[in-house]
Amino acid sequence: MGSTYDARPAAILAEGWGWRHAGRPQPAIQGLDLRIEPGERVLLLGPSGAGKSTLLHALAGVLGDEEDDSDETGSLLIDGVAPRAQRGRAGLMQQDPETQVVLSRVGDDVAFGAENLCVPREEIWARVHEALDDVGLRTAAGAGLALDHPTAALSGGQKQRLALAGILAMRPGLILLDEPTANLDPEGVLEVRDAVRRCLDRTGATLVVVEHRVSVWKDLVDRVVVLQPGSGGTSASPGKSAAPGVLADGSPGKVLSEQRSMLMAAGVWVPGYVPPTRARRTGHSERGHSERGNSEPGAAELLLAAQDLAVSREKPRRRGFKSIPPVPVQSGITAQVRSGQALTIMGPNGAGKSTFALTLAGLLAPVRGQVSAAVELSQGAGIDPFTWKAEQLISRIGTVFQEPEHQFVTGKVLDELMFGPKHLGHGQERVDELLERLRLTHLVDANPYTLSGGEKRRLSVATVLAAHPKVLVLDEPTFGQDANTWAELASFLSELLDAGTAVVSVTHDQEFSSVLGGTELQLGPVPQDRESRQEAGAA
Amino acid sequence: MREALTMQGSHAVLTRANPLAKFVAVFLVSMVLALSIDWVSASTAIVAELALFPLAGLTLRLLWHRAWPLIIAAAIGGWSTAIVAADRGAVLLDVGIWSISEGSLELGLGFMLRGLAIALPAILLMTCTDPTDLADALAQKARLPHRFVLGSLAAMRLVGLMAEEWQTIGMARRARGVGSHGNPLQRLKATLGQSFGLLVQAVRRASRLAVTMEARGFGGGQRTWARESSYSLLDVWVVLGGLIIASATVLAAVGAGTWTFVWR
Amino acid sequence: MTTVNVKKTSYNWRVVDIVVAALIAIAGGVIFWAWDQGAAIISIPLDATYPPLTGIIAGGWMIPAVLGALIIRKPGAALFCETVAAASELIMGSQYGTTVLISGVLQGLGAELIFAAFRYKKFNLPTALLAGAGAGLFCGLNDCFLPWGWNIAYEALDKLTYIIFTTVSGAIIAGALSWLATRGLATTGVLSSFASRKAASEPVFN
Repeated sequence: MGSTYDARPAAILAEGWGWRHAGRPQPAIQGLDLRIEPGERVLLLGPSGAGKSTLLHALAGVLGDEEDDSDETGSLLIDGVAPRAQRGRAGLMQQDPETQVVLSRVGDDVAFGAENLCVPREEIWARVHEALDDVGLRTAAGAGLALDHPTAALSGGQKQRLALAGILAMRPGLILLDEPTANLDPEGVLEVRDAVRRCLDRTGATLVVVEHRVSVWKDLVDRVVVLQPGSGGTSASPGKSAAPGVLADGSPGKVLSEQRSMLMAAGVWVPGYVPPTRARRTGHSERGHSERGNSEPGAAELLLAAQDLAVSREKPRRRGFKSIPPVPVQSGITAQVRSGQALTIMGPNGAGKSTFALTLAGLLAPVRGQVSAAVELSQGAGIDPFTWKAEQLISRIGTVFQEPEHQFVTGKVLDELMFGPKHLGHGQERVDELLERLRLTHLVDANPYTLSGGEKRRLSVATVLAAHPKVLVLDEPTFGQDANTWAELASFLSELLDAGTAVVSVTHDQEFSSVLGGTELQLGPVPQDRESRQEAGAA
Repeated sequence: MREALTMQGSHAVLTRANPLAKFVAVFLVSMVLALSIDWVSASTAIVAELALFPLAGLTLRLLWHRAWPLIIAAAIGGWSTAIVAADRGAVLLDVGIWSISEGSLELGLGFMLRGLAIALPAILLMTCTDPTDLADALAQKARLPHRFVLGSLAAMRLVGLMAEEWQTIGMARRARGVGSHGNPLQRLKATLGQSFGLLVQAVRRASRLAVTMEARGFGGGQRTWARESSYSLLDVWVVLGGLIIASATVLAAVGAGTWTFVWR
Repeated sequence: MTTVNVKKTSYNWRVVDIVVAALIAIAGGVIFWAWDQGAAIISIPLDATYPPLTGIIAGGWMIPAVLGALIIRKPGAALFCETVAAASELIMGSQYGTTVLISGVLQGLGAELIFAAFRYKKFNLPTALLAGAGAGLFCGLNDCFLPWGWNIAYEALDKLTYIIFTTVSGAIIAGALSWLATRGLATTGVLSSFASRKAASEPVFN
């Protein structure tokens, strides 16, 4: 197909630019001087709070307006014009795939942006076909997705590629990616990265991408810019040649080697760097080869067992007096959870990993088979965790959900931590210890929802541990975390393991799994049609 | 719920009609039925509606699946009308606050059938109408402001996600020790907490979705439409069908002498 | 390049206002759908004993009107949210058929009139209670006096009882709960782009 892509690559110029969000005392970004030439591909780094997202939103022309009391200083221009005055010149992709899709049919969704830019109908459809080809969602032979394919049935990676197609159909000169792969599994990450590369090669558009996982993007970009945290100011940068508001700037190779330690300290995932974590005590660091942990059989008591388990998130349906069980997403799972040992559940998306973990944790009823708690764990509460009362559950099995906010039940960090112990009639000792250990002490009065991503993750782990469960279940605990939080979490969990807690985690993260040691349970793939349903369920 | 919002693979005749025409027809029938509480007009409508269901691609089983809650609701509505409406004719039941007379029983029965006759065509309408097509018609044909129509449509797409999130939040809260069991007051408290959790996520997601839409140029005064919402001959038949059913119910009831105008 | 006019007056709806309002309405629909299963336990016995009592729980269906207006704080928010809520109820399958749209518009209007009477400047507890009551009153009137109303055949006294119940229920369930929810939401920071971002620290009565 002949290319009709006719947009010029965009140039960006920031001069003393700053932005303060409505209702915030401090600016998110301040005094930024930055020039990006047409066609450059820039990876934007910086510690959290450096205003990376703010800059991307501003470039996309979606930042604030005069009715909220936000403040802009200096100037930020695309090709010499304010971004807000030229919508469609830049296209923005954000992190959460669910909100990158606007409409329910693939074709409509790609067309949406072009429609808003008043592109004539015939041209819209030509662009839609071309854009879908570009992102690899529709082959020229027509073997890909139909235009009326429901967007709800797409995987996370496909949704992001669809969003990219929607952006391309607007013919932007600037593509802005705000952590586009942070919510994706490893396969989805590469899928999206490769689609971006293909599109850039074809369109020549300027790229600005924000992403913690540098290794994914370093070969695609030709320049790395590290923003200065907080309210930039000019004097804070230690005398380097970089411009105000910018800590480092240059080719990927140069910046990543020269600024390596600074980036590592900021929690950036620098290529080839695995943050140091606490080592498991000897005897645990080697991965077990059987279900039975090796060296210390006496210490590893059986707490929880799954026998030929079939799992689903759906409840049985009633038809008349008959109850029809749901179709399981995974079946025939057998596993054992032992004190002081890690069980890591791995496998492709849609294999029912989270569903299995939630069933094991007594939160979902098994479709078939059985989850049974040993007497050591159940302490008289009955054999099946699903039948336990909520208060009984939390002191036995603690579950940390993928999205910390789902588990917040109060309006204050301290109340949040006290919630479990209070219901169990325990004191505050454990809470103080956790606050200290997970560096939350200075936040006790804050509203949990207002914390940063890493803080929320630490809080959600702490709240569950405050009830002192013998088994800890974690669903994708390291997803989207920066290297610092990752290392902290992994070290903390290895400590818990040594102290005798059983840790069950669902993860795609091989490094994380090796830090914890223990048994790996690999769940197999399931047929394609079911996969997309599960994908949606896990999101 | 998610299934309710997609109509993948349905090729029934009525799926091809313009949503606005279908809406007008259904609304017309509903309004005319609302004017009288009598069993003849309601039954006539129900028979006609049931005959039309195959055209919307609904099998009897699917229909039953969607309609039984409405039948229960209609029955309860009929019962309450029967016991609360003014008594006329012989009193059949008089226990404490409950009294049912011949007149009120007839009214209750008519009311139940009327409720069903009004609810069924809405099911018919929604089974053969894709919300996207409806939005297209509302914005292009009914000339409702497109920002509001498309904004709602985009939000509507998140319904399935919200329903799943509701379930996840329920589990996540149980893992924190908030049970959904216990006495009604505890359950109410738990539900309110869960609702709040869902609201937070709803506002977050909606804000992000709004950014996505704005970044794709949405929000201006003008736009083009990739798909044109158009009328065809079929739509004439659809509206005509609605008119015919509406008149038939009135004629049948007046003919049978059962027509009972609501504002007597 | 297409240029977009930036809106000047704060009474104009931004994209974020529209989408958040719509999703609040729809989330309301999801909550009721989940709640319905539990509510049936309450409403069926109420209905079976003394039907006008069902007005007590009617307020739940009017939450979107008040909540939407308290968050968005723009003219038409109550009307828009309640209409969208009714539309989503219609899509999920409503026992009221298409007439649910009329009920939705009227309930939204009931709340909207109150906010308008305060010139969209007051969003405190009394306003919320009144708006809830307004929605409840209109709900009661619709159910009792309009042809499609489910209580049209009731006797006059029963109608009056029912309307009193819906009004009180609207004030408490739709009014007070929405007001509390808005303050709660404001403390979480998710309302940062709305005029209601400081709702949690606003005076209760002024």
